Amino acid sequence: MEVDRRAMECAVDAQSLISISLMKIHNSRTQRGGIKLHKNLLVSYVLRNARQVYIKEKYAEIYRMQQYEEVMAVCNEIQELDPLDLGAEDGDEEEQGRAACCGEESRPAGSREPEQPYYRSCCMEAPPGSPCDQFAPNGGGGGGSHCNKTTVLDLDTHVVTTVENGFLHQDCCCAAPQCAPGAAARKRKVDSGGCAPDAEEPSDFTAARKRLKREDCSNPDCNPDYTDTSNISNLISIFGSGFSGLLSRQADLEQVCSKQALASLGAWTRAIVAF
Amino acid sequence: GSTLAALRKSGSRFQRSRRYPDIISTVEFNYSGDLLATGDKGGRVVIFQHEQESKNRPHLRGEYNVYSTFQSHEPEFDYLKSLEIEEKINKIRWLPQQNAAHFLLSTNDKTIKLWKISERDKRAEGYNLKDEDGRIRDPYRITSLRVPVLMPMDLMVEASPRRIFANAHTYHINSISVNSDHETYLSADDLRINLWHLEITDRSFNIVDIKPANMEELTEVITAAECHPHQCNVFVYSSSKGTIRLCDMRAAALCDRHSKFFEEPEDPSSRSFFSEIISSISDVKFSHSGRYMMTRDYLSVKVWDLNMENRPVETYQVHEYLRSKLCSLYENDCIFDKFECCWNGSDSAIMTGSYNNFFRMFDRNTRRDITLEASRESSKPRATLKPRKVSTGGKRKKDEISVDSLDFNKKILHTAWHPKDNVIAVAATNNLYIFQDKIN
Repeated sequence: MEVDRRAMECAVDAQSLISISLMKIHNSRTQRGGIKLHKNLLVSYVLRNARQVYIKEKYAEIYRMQQYEEVMAVCNEIQELDPLDLGAEDGDEEEQGRAACCGEESRPAGSREPEQPYYRSCCMEAPPGSPCDQFAPNGGGGGGSHCNKTTVLDLDTHVVTTVENGFLHQDCCCAAPQCAPGAAARKRKVDSGGCAPDAEEPSDFTAARKRLKREDCSNPDCNPDYTDTSNISNLISIFGSGFSGLLSRQADLEQVCSKQALASLGAWTRAIVAF
Repeated sequence: GSTLAALRKSGSRFQRSRRYPDIISTVEFNYSGDLLATGDKGGRVVIFQHEQESKNRPHLRGEYNVYSTFQSHEPEFDYLKSLEIEEKINKIRWLPQQNAAHFLLSTNDKTIKLWKISERDKRAEGYNLKDEDGRIRDPYRITSLRVPVLMPMDLMVEASPRRIFANAHTYHINSISVNSDHETYLSADDLRINLWHLEITDRSFNIVDIKPANMEELTEVITAAECHPHQCNVFVYSSSKGTIRLCDMRAAALCDRHSKFFEEPEDPSSRSFFSEIISSISDVKFSHSGRYMMTRDYLSVKVWDLNMENRPVETYQVHEYLRSKLCSLYENDCIFDKFECCWNGSDSAIMTGSYNNFFRMFDRNTRRDITLEASRESSKPRATLKPRKVSTGGKRKKDEISVDSLDFNKKILHTAWHPKDNVIAVAATNNLYIFQDKIN
């Protein structure tokens, strides 16, 4: 069931709930007696609910941000950049698709538009040869991977994330100067005209959403991935990646509880299926 | 509600376990109410016995004294999974008494044990082959034979493990329940329920299995299970989704398909981040009559008529004032506390615990409820317990306690009601309180 923010009794920050929940799942790994399946399952429900609310709020925020003229400016900028790596999809097709999307967006579509430039600018893939390539499983430079793979670079948190078949692969945290400086520069230029500089980066959530947007630009509200959010597997998929990533990040636990945590999630919820 | 008088509190004189404090983890009266068993986090079982009335010492009437103490479970290590198995006793269930000895089942997360508790008040004396100290006599010095005689000795209560039912549960055992046939019992973990015969330890039948083919598709777990008190083919199990399934073992060997499905539709206006957590059922208990069952979720107790599946017949709010505090209770893990509930002997009243060492009793006939506190201060021997009240509004009356003053570390998860009399046992962390109705 959808979680309605208005129905919340307590004024709870969805983001902090996510952080708290992930910490609980992480701590359960070391608790005496082994992982408690029941408790972790309940925590994953809180995670799912918080994520729903967070995404809703995030999109509401994005809707408010952008102006129509900035949309056009961004679209023009983007058409000069490297195409996204969509595997089987032809680069030209992608450009045409985006052009079409931009074309659609050029129609006065009020509240839907502001979303696009942010999406575009943040969905740009790191150019080949960037340090981020090593983190993208199939290379950042457009290897011929299968059609459901997308690599996105988020410049606010400097995380490269790969979304594959709805599964989110972690991710790197590269400092801005090291990672795709060229692209960063271009994105900065785009961002200054587009996104609000202090916009919160939803990272993996919107990464998955953005993949869907590509499939159906005409309906940004379409969200096939979330129609069965009652299914925990969906949640686990979105958060999933190798648990070794978690173990190597012991030193980064301080970061976990911060807002940057959303950008550097490990497979915390893998604990649920660790049996 | 009836007035309850404090009779005796105990627990402070028990030696603390060398590993962990002896937090009580289960409380259970036997069928006659003469014995009260408690299990703790250190794997120990302590059994109290009701002292018989004595004309010479009338003030001892109704007192429960320690009868037997033994170590039921020890911590273990599963080397294959690199997991430690806690020795904490999750549940104790008595068997109906069939001879002079008493039998109970105790379980931790993985292993169930059948214990025999027997009394020895006589000792054989006058052996031929050994002397009184136990030393073997020189056979050449034995010149005559005699028959050993039984001499009285100080009462000794011995506990010995008679059966060990192991290696049948991959997940953590949360329930055991003795069947009305007195030959079988069931044990439930997060995903499976097994049926055992009390005499057979190397085999059990799996009767419920809700493990999905792909664990990523897991959406609910089993939280409690109980056999019907009279119909030996019927049992129920509750889930983390707030549903109860009643199963009939005659219908099929594998009871994955339920006979009845009890669920109350969720109120959409009360939806929150924590809706799933607070709807998870922590305990299910049949009434003594077998006509009703009671479930406990985080904020309420519900009584269900077995003939009506779509909603409970009665709902009692235990501590509704916590609904606005769910976020804090989630942060400090209190929201995961598993409260139990129990019926009185006549099924006219139900009892369950809360925080701040409060426990609640509901009279089903008069619909009155009472909140009482189990604490040293409030339970001087023979003192009447004073009803407590939590103030929910802005104005706090005298003697009321505000929600923010509640001590959430003092939780009463385990309570038990004597099967016949108005005697209750309340476990408050590592103290056991026993209360009973005023005699006069």
